[in-house]
Amino acid sequence: MTPTTEASTLLQSRIPSGPIETAWDRARFEMKLVNPANKRKYSIIVVGTGLAGGSAAATLGELGYQVKCFCFQDSPRRAHSIAAQGGINAAKNYQNDGDSVYRLFYDTVKGGDFRAREANVYRLAQISLNIIDQCVAQGVPFAREYGGVLDNRSFGGAQVSRTFYARGQTGQQLLLGAYQALERQIGLGQVKMFPRTEMLDLIVIDGRARGIVTRNLMTGRVEIHLADAVVLGTGGYGNVFYLSTNAKGSNCTAIWRAYKRGALFGNPCFTQIHPTCIPVSGDYQSKLTLMSESLRNDGRIWVPRRKGDTRPPNQIPEEERDYYLEERYPSFGNLVPRDVASRAAKAVCDEGRGVGPHGLGVYLDFSDAIRRLGEKTIRERYGNLFEMYELITGDNPYQVPMRIYPAIHYTMGGLWVDYHLMSTIPGLFVIGEANFSDHGANRLGASALMQGLADGYFILPYTIGDYLANAKLAKVSEDHPACKEAAGAVQERVKKLLSIRGKRTVDSFHRELGRILWDECGMARNAQGLRRALAKIPELREEFWSNVNVLGGNEELNQSLEKAGRVADFFELAELMCLDALERDESCGGHFREEHQTPEGEAQRDDERFCFVSAWQYTGEGKQPVLHREPLEFRYVKPSQRSYK
Amino acid sequence: MRLILHVWRQKSPNDEGRMVRYETNHADPHMSFLEMLDVLNEQLISKGEEPIAFDHDCREGICGSCGFMINGKAHGGHPGTTVCQLHMRHFKDGDELYLEPWRAKAFPVVKDLVVDRSAFDRIIAAGGFISVRTGSAPDGNAILVPKEAAERAMDAAQCIGCGACVASCPNASASLFVGAKIAHLGSLPQGKPEQEIRAMRMVAQMNEELFGTCTNLGECEATCPKHIPLEVIARMNRDYLMASWKHR
Repeated sequence: MTPTTEASTLLQSRIPSGPIETAWDRARFEMKLVNPANKRKYSIIVVGTGLAGGSAAATLGELGYQVKCFCFQDSPRRAHSIAAQGGINAAKNYQNDGDSVYRLFYDTVKGGDFRAREANVYRLAQISLNIIDQCVAQGVPFAREYGGVLDNRSFGGAQVSRTFYARGQTGQQLLLGAYQALERQIGLGQVKMFPRTEMLDLIVIDGRARGIVTRNLMTGRVEIHLADAVVLGTGGYGNVFYLSTNAKGSNCTAIWRAYKRGALFGNPCFTQIHPTCIPVSGDYQSKLTLMSESLRNDGRIWVPRRKGDTRPPNQIPEEERDYYLEERYPSFGNLVPRDVASRAAKAVCDEGRGVGPHGLGVYLDFSDAIRRLGEKTIRERYGNLFEMYELITGDNPYQVPMRIYPAIHYTMGGLWVDYHLMSTIPGLFVIGEANFSDHGANRLGASALMQGLADGYFILPYTIGDYLANAKLAKVSEDHPACKEAAGAVQERVKKLLSIRGKRTVDSFHRELGRILWDECGMARNAQGLRRALAKIPELREEFWSNVNVLGGNEELNQSLEKAGRVADFFELAELMCLDALERDESCGGHFREEHQTPEGEAQRDDERFCFVSAWQYTGEGKQPVLHREPLEFRYVKPSQRSYK
Repeated sequence: MRLILHVWRQKSPNDEGRMVRYETNHADPHMSFLEMLDVLNEQLISKGEEPIAFDHDCREGICGSCGFMINGKAHGGHPGTTVCQLHMRHFKDGDELYLEPWRAKAFPVVKDLVVDRSAFDRIIAAGGFISVRTGSAPDGNAILVPKEAAERAMDAAQCIGCGACVASCPNASASLFVGAKIAHLGSLPQGKPEQEIRAMRMVAQMNEELFGTCTNLGECEATCPKHIPLEVIARMNRDYLMASWKHR
């Protein structure tokens, strides 16, 4: 396949023409509305209850639609958005430091290394203002200044302070706001909630998404749920790497099933490695813990200048320390974007200057900040993060520098959606991290919360109304052959997984898959390694299907069975990621192809050949997927070599 | 490290359940408690025995999924620590540990160490929110909140809904959980209009779910992984009393 930038007719992005500043207003005006009295006649399925799914379900219920909402956790409050620490961006310019909607738009497009749609990003920046208002009104206890106004902090990739926060638990507080709004609608009978229920397939009838097949995780019952539209807010797929900062249950199954039913998958190889995570301590490691990027506001990152310097950090004199980010990027310093910081950490560790028992770590040092501001101020800003670090490592970061190393954190790729957040299957909407839309090849810190809530509170509720008002939907029933086929396939698969009774556990396969992916499709990639991975993954997948051991039965809570189903999907997705990474023969953002770097080792884009979104189409079991391209046009922010120097 | 574990095994909600003894030699001081159980489960699976079921998700102490009793203490009894953050360096070689699910009538056992905490969701649905329609909010800085009020609200808002307070209370009371939400929303100007109705509804739902009554023992505060202070219960009682007086 030789990449060209020919547009695919399958991908109708529906980006409004005309000036970007008023594009969303015009789009909203042109949308058809559903009469308030008619809304209750429409039913909508929302899968996932994180910031995107939770806020969408609550808002749709409030508007009067009949909503059915699903999550695999025991309560909608546990969705992984809850673990986001640092904050949420908004272009309020409350600090009077030169921020504006345009600047947030500009920073996000540039931070994404010019691989996102301008119109989407501009809308996101505009809506950021409403999100803060909404969350304050809901009672989210954002940090305040003494005068009672909202406080801000700085985040990577920006030179203004635009991040709103609630200590180190911003995600938790925003999610609880959405969860409470959702529970309110559940109490009012507008939303019916199905916890401990997993979506295992999408039902497509006459080319439209009309329902889902679920499995009740407590009883094993496979059920069909039908509706007029389906919304997926099921999060990212970082757990394909086994070790990531995602929650253990986070998975790709819902979006993967939709992909196999015809939804195109956008930019699967765009994954984000977060620079500040607690390093791996042993083989038993089950997940990695993030230390918020906000720590880079006051922490200084360094390694010893000399290779193999094993002295304790406090015995290494100032002149023998290499504050490599400050030296290399004087204007952004420790606050360069995540992809840049991660690669720099990998580079110094590859040189043999890493710290800690395995040499895979760099210091994040607060001693200067504590000297300058006092321990009390640092405790106020980051107290809970320092506590968390000490709980895990046993080290006290007030006294010794933290040790950090990059880890998989977020996936910019996801199901392809148009400006209305609709996938290539009419009636299937995808929101939050589950879609590919706003972050290009690298997401800036504090932007995931912004996107999840923008999609769920302020974009989807409009666009889905337009879809429902225009679609002439026939009545469907569970007797439809498409329902029977989908439910039957789900049951077959469960039966198959339980009948293999091989020799290896699900986790052992998942770990091995994760290692392949981290080595060949992680922080740095090259054609040779990707080809190696593309050979190894199918072999391992075959072994999985003949040698995995899933004990227990179907009609009960069976956590091994849940995991097995998810890992089976990760195998297939992993292959698509490697294929996409191989096809994208350039470096951009988090996708670093070693063959393409500037003399200084920065990512080298190839705008001539790759200024497009890759959208992959499933063509059947064992067949090569087809690549479609959506060309990207930059009318406002001119693509340039990103510089944070 | 060698450990002897006695774990509550119960196949289903209607099964009787019993303690089962396990031995493991594969614990490491750097592991988290749940990683120790992961390793034990891998061993069980390779022996053809079903793994121990326990709820968990984020494994960084914020989602509130995990939690069980270790030697009679919720989350193992270390201050400010959920069981997923509890590391094995707190235990000694040869320790004998008893793992049991949360015990409370309102939290029926689902399987092994997994319980059903949906009663908490129903309490929030009854009144644990501020009614504000999407899109109807004024500018964020139009509502001034004194820093101390915001901090107080945040102290209470940190609750992760794990249920340790209920499990450690001899009365299986949910007062700390309910009080935390009432104190969070009631400390903010945005939460004032519904302050009374909120307390009435949440307390009524709490009683309906068969949680016990608070007798000020303070076990909940001592065990809460997020340090929710006992004073939130005083706040709940005050709001409830005021509300019941006015709405007689």
